[in-house]
Amino acid sequence: MPNLTSKTPSHDPSGMIRRWRRLQDKLIHRFFQLNGLLSILILLGIFFLLFADGFPAVKHLGFQAFLTMIWNPTSFVKATYGLGAMIISTMMVTLGAMVLAVPIGLACAAYLAEVAPSWIREILKPVIEILAGIPSVVLGFLGIVVIGPAIATIFHLPNGLNAINGSILLAVMSLPTIISISEDAISSVPRTYKEASLALGATHWQTLIKVVVPSALSGIIASIMLGMGRAIGETMTVLMATGNALKTPHSIFDSVRPMTSTIAIELGEVPFGSDHYHGLFVVGFILFVMTFIVNLIADMVLAKYQEVER
Amino acid sequence: MQPSSSLQIPAEDVKISVRNLNFYYDETKALDDMNIDIPNNQVTAFIGPSGCGKSTFLRCLNRMNETIRGTRIEGTILLDGIDMYAQEVDVVDVRRRVGMVFQKSNPFPKSIFENMAYGLRINGLKNKRQIAETVEQSLIDAALWEEVKDRLFESAMGLSGGQQQRLCIARALAIKPEVILMDEPASALDPIATQKIEDLIQKLKKNYTIVIVTHNMQQAARVSDITAFFYLGKLIEVNETGIIFTRPRLQQTEDYITGRFG
Amino acid sequence: MKKTVLFEKLGFFSLGLAGLLVLSVLIWIIGDIFVHGASVISWEFLTQSPREGMTQGGILPAIIGTFLVSLITIILAVPLGMFSAIYLNEYAHQGPLVRFIRLSIRNLSGVPSIVYGLFGVALFVRFFHLGASILSAGMTLGLLTLPWTITASEEALKTVPKSFRDGALALGATKWQAIRTNVLPYAIPGMLTGAILGLARAAGETAPILFTGAAFFVPFLPKSLFDQFMALPYHLYILATQHQDIARVRPIAYGTGLVLIALIIGLNGIAVFIRYQYRKKARMAS
Repeated sequence: MPNLTSKTPSHDPSGMIRRWRRLQDKLIHRFFQLNGLLSILILLGIFFLLFADGFPAVKHLGFQAFLTMIWNPTSFVKATYGLGAMIISTMMVTLGAMVLAVPIGLACAAYLAEVAPSWIREILKPVIEILAGIPSVVLGFLGIVVIGPAIATIFHLPNGLNAINGSILLAVMSLPTIISISEDAISSVPRTYKEASLALGATHWQTLIKVVVPSALSGIIASIMLGMGRAIGETMTVLMATGNALKTPHSIFDSVRPMTSTIAIELGEVPFGSDHYHGLFVVGFILFVMTFIVNLIADMVLAKYQEVER
Repeated sequence: MQPSSSLQIPAEDVKISVRNLNFYYDETKALDDMNIDIPNNQVTAFIGPSGCGKSTFLRCLNRMNETIRGTRIEGTILLDGIDMYAQEVDVVDVRRRVGMVFQKSNPFPKSIFENMAYGLRINGLKNKRQIAETVEQSLIDAALWEEVKDRLFESAMGLSGGQQQRLCIARALAIKPEVILMDEPASALDPIATQKIEDLIQKLKKNYTIVIVTHNMQQAARVSDITAFFYLGKLIEVNETGIIFTRPRLQQTEDYITGRFG
Repeated sequence: MKKTVLFEKLGFFSLGLAGLLVLSVLIWIIGDIFVHGASVISWEFLTQSPREGMTQGGILPAIIGTFLVSLITIILAVPLGMFSAIYLNEYAHQGPLVRFIRLSIRNLSGVPSIVYGLFGVALFVRFFHLGASILSAGMTLGLLTLPWTITASEEALKTVPKSFRDGALALGATKWQAIRTNVLPYAIPGMLTGAILGLARAAGETAPILFTGAAFFVPFLPKSLFDQFMALPYHLYILATQHQDIARVRPIAYGTGLVLIALIIGLNGIAVFIRYQYRKKARMAS
């Protein structure tokens, strides 16, 4: 075996360290490779575990049981496992949150990216980061003690724990996501686009609305998708602030119970191995799939956006 | 056995021997059928216009191209008669014997002493006295000792550009290589610093084999014993420096040297 | 002509209004918690256990519980995050597998926290028979935090210039030697920042610990990792929704909320400070 090192270093007369070192390097490479795969393993693990633990319910109760409206597995009359009302509740609070968060978020993002002087930016950006860090349980608490009573007073309701309360809080939670990603997208629009527009005689406002925002559209859409994902998956806020009534909601002033609340309320008391227990995993699975799809769309939109930029 | 040269180097004086080398970045062929002998204890210069493959070829000589994804090499490169790309050969050994100084000097953000000691430590040297002695000797060899001996433990980032580059040379010398590859070592330096580097190269060739890539023809003429002219990934002509610059055999070489292109 | 100018001025003005609105929201949130919670905060509040059915006394066990479970989270999420980041940034070829890994990471960060809770119950509490414990909850939170520590670690590694790696390799270092001695030391501050931010996020999460170990009242401080524990966010949740005398404990709930927010903002502040110091040092070095 040819020995490239004609002069072996004096502290390694046999050349053994070299061979050991090569093996060591290879092992280390493998070690990091395995760690890299960890994320895939976890994602697949969640998917399969939810599926496996939810499947017994589907098998035992039948697929159709989940396609009805009302979820009431502990009812004395007839246990029902309908996901309908829950999904509608989730969509209702989420949509409500988006209606509030998207205009405000985009406007704030545009402000930060295009208008705000740097001293305001230095203040607002940390503010948004801190807002993002406020735990959901704190917001849910404020929903109970402040927003709830306010809604009750303004709209003459017995209490203010309902969908619109949840929407307001979820909007606050989604805002940081929407603002920071949209702001990124808007600032990344090349100066040349803006300059070309202004050189053609457009005003700053026209440039902003007709050139800058459309160019940043993919990033903006991605931010909205991600914000939506957050709203769909949020648990504590909706658990505390939306009332948790088990019926199909008809208005935003109704008390609602989204999918996340259902799991959070019932998982603690459900007998292990019962249909109810497995049913909750079905809810969890649907929830997982919904947020997965939303995030995937956001991913694809962002990927296309980065491609276009190149 | 070089395509367009009458340069004959006796076998015992050949340090590195390249035969039929092809190099690819993914699907693009960057180097085409390179054949060259690098003689021992002399300075060989690679010249040619930008993008012609000189640096790529230089990096083949210490297997640094392997750090880039998608590269592929065919052919052989022999160091003292042994194929450095052979399966059994540990790339770490190759890089200890063939050192490199980069185009943009890259001292680590550590103290001058730590920069110097780094190579020694990762190669297993633990004895503090030996480390200190080697550091001092290498700095002397690189003509930097007098300037830094009183601030060995200050950050290397505080040195001037020329000093940083000499530090990188000293750092390479510390692990006692046999060959030193220099990729445009003075391109970012002012004339005085450049002069210092060139003087250093002349001094070093007594004990080392030096291969230097340069886009500055005058520098090649001043500093090297052998010059190789590259163009578009091919080796056009190799010969003694004096002959290349006064009586080149090929028209292409003459055109480049006289500035008709490049 | 004048009308359009006015319209546009209003347009920009409303943008500024949005910014102001966001600022006010934060001020109002923190302000409300602070105003109602500050009166409750005292040394006793922070160092004593609750008494009289939570209507008196302090929240020490919740503070300790949060601390302990966060410790487990960090022990799990930070090293694994670093290793994954090292793989992605230093070893991996850019190919479909790596793209899939990154996709997984992004998606994991979007998985609802209650889903992590479900997963934690099924995996740690049931399958591994760890029961509802600090360990189960900590590991569940660890999984939740992992995507963030991976991303932060990768960002930190990216800031280390390629020339450091090349320089080390050219001196005869093996790949791992180069990473260990000449890349990681410079990436550590960034990774530390990421770890602290991850910690801040984990400390505030309730849903993952609801069924994996958090309890409303544990009579004594946890003695082992297999014990249940009290935690600040969970404490706030119960005080706000399920206590039998909600009105009376409301001030304590506010106090708990204030401690929680102070903790999170404090951790964020430390992270920002470290990041600032690190950037300053990096600027001086180049």
